[in-house]
Amino acid sequence: MFGYALRRVLTAIPIVLITITVCFFILRLAPGGPFDGERALPPDVMKNLRAHYNLDQPLITQYFIYLGGVFRGDFGPSMVMEDFSVSRLIGIGLPFTLMLGFSAFVVGTLGGMIAGAIAAVNQNKWPDYLLVAIVLVGIIIPNFLMANLVQLVFGVYLHWLPVGGYQPGSLIHLVLPILILALPHGGRVARLVRGSMIEVLGTNYVRTARSKGLGTRLILARHALKPALLPVVSYLGPGLSYLLTGSLVVEQVFALPGIGKYFITAALNRDYGLVLGTTILYVFIILALNLIVDVLYAWLDPKVRYR
Amino acid sequence: MAGITGKDAALTAYADALAAEAPKGRSLTQDALRRLFNNKAALVSIFVLTAIVLFALVGPYLLPWAYDKIDWAGIRKPPDWAKGHYFGTDQNGRDMLARTLQGTQMSLLVAAVATFVSVVIGILYGAIAGYFGGKIDAVMMRFVDIMYALPYILFVIILVVIFGRSPVLLFVGIGCLEWLTMARIVRGQTLSIKQREFIEAAKAGGAGPFTIIFRHIVPNLTGPVVIYATLTVPEIILTESFLSYLGLGVQEPQTSLGTLISDGAPVAEALPWMLFTPAAILVTMLLCLSYLGDGLRDALDPKDR
Repeated sequence: MFGYALRRVLTAIPIVLITITVCFFILRLAPGGPFDGERALPPDVMKNLRAHYNLDQPLITQYFIYLGGVFRGDFGPSMVMEDFSVSRLIGIGLPFTLMLGFSAFVVGTLGGMIAGAIAAVNQNKWPDYLLVAIVLVGIIIPNFLMANLVQLVFGVYLHWLPVGGYQPGSLIHLVLPILILALPHGGRVARLVRGSMIEVLGTNYVRTARSKGLGTRLILARHALKPALLPVVSYLGPGLSYLLTGSLVVEQVFALPGIGKYFITAALNRDYGLVLGTTILYVFIILALNLIVDVLYAWLDPKVRYR
Repeated sequence: MAGITGKDAALTAYADALAAEAPKGRSLTQDALRRLFNNKAALVSIFVLTAIVLFALVGPYLLPWAYDKIDWAGIRKPPDWAKGHYFGTDQNGRDMLARTLQGTQMSLLVAAVATFVSVVIGILYGAIAGYFGGKIDAVMMRFVDIMYALPYILFVIILVVIFGRSPVLLFVGIGCLEWLTMARIVRGQTLSIKQREFIEAAKAGGAGPFTIIFRHIVPNLTGPVVIYATLTVPEIILTESFLSYLGLGVQEPQTSLGTLISDGAPVAEALPWMLFTPAAILVTMLLCLSYLGDGLRDALDPKDR
């Protein structure tokens, strides 16, 4: 078990390095830059700017300077938002994004598991049809559209929940964003749980449990739940990455102060430093979470460890 | 001659009938089509999709207003049949129906080009990895695993940052990043196809590896490739509208469904038709494509049911 985890960690390190390298060189070799304004800058100013951001050094030196910085947690300066280093912007936005993503993850996974189990137990009755319909809506309607529709209905027409104006610490402003993020995730989880639960409920050992007189609830909790969860655990990795891209949109639509918003702004402004920093951070988070999911999977299913 | 039960008579009559009119054999394709047409949801989806595509292509010629023409007398007006603004106008007085059709065209174009690119890359990559096997396979598929772990939307955004916002690059960029699942599926199929006798026969006949891949393996991949390509289309439409929504995709005066939704969203309270027209088309298209993909999968791959 420990050996497996160690192997996974060791394979993740080169992936991070490759990502940093590829992103760095793609962004640096691309034509155009953050200082190409409408108005050409005077040569002296341009020279100072380039020296300040180390852009006058050979590319390979720049790369090693950057890499060294990344290991110390320093992603360099933001090229458009002066007076801010990328690390500082990330430090402001990251806790919020993680909090938002994690809440949506918990809500979606738990909700999806419960809904999927209910649907499987009531297969082909109304709770099942209702769930399938909700899941379809949740997966088909893109989250940016869903966010706007929900804002319109619950915020503007019904006045139940605020649509924006988040203040730190205000939970009521987070209800809609978390639900929007959790809906497609929960939908996919529910679909998986429903499928595998129906399969598990048809197996011989469940029939044995039933024939010896166990109640439905006990069978579900003790015999059916753990094997039915395996496909869900393997979905959690990709699911996290959906949550992440989803948070880009949700932060934008609800005007929330996470890193997603900085990432989009940076992409629009061609702020290379910030784009690079946030990308590396996203990749790092996703790899770390995938690692946890893989180890969890190995713990649930011993077959994986010895492959 | 006739037996007590009349069995011989019945059999003779049957044999005569057979001789007169032999039953037609059914090919696998016919079977698949029959199964597809028995699937109500898939059939309706095909009709709706065809209608949307035809209307998006032909519609603009039939409308009184062009997508970039400004009606100075009708700015921010709700649907008005007398003036020919069937779905209202936007803040600049442009006809929403015409703009939505143009946006649909753009989304369909992105989907077609990007799906084509992703299918070509996916087939080549997967077939080569699967056919050669061994170390080549291990390295190539490890790369796919790595790419899988990374959120590809970030790379699309980086591509957009680098190349600016040219729609052509957007198509190709999305296609270049959407081939991973296709490569995996194709590789899996190739692994099983290359064990079959006809591949051995081709090898014995002296065919080189690439001849075998293109002449013998790729044609046998049609089923899974068609299914997966149908499932890729809605994903690409989603990606494109996602990027356009964030302002990174198609630019004015061109539109796409994502751009239209992003324009409509902030003013949806006052001008709801600006949000609902493109949203309805987008959701209908995605829903139909997903039903069609499921229907095709059930039809072409019945053992999976």
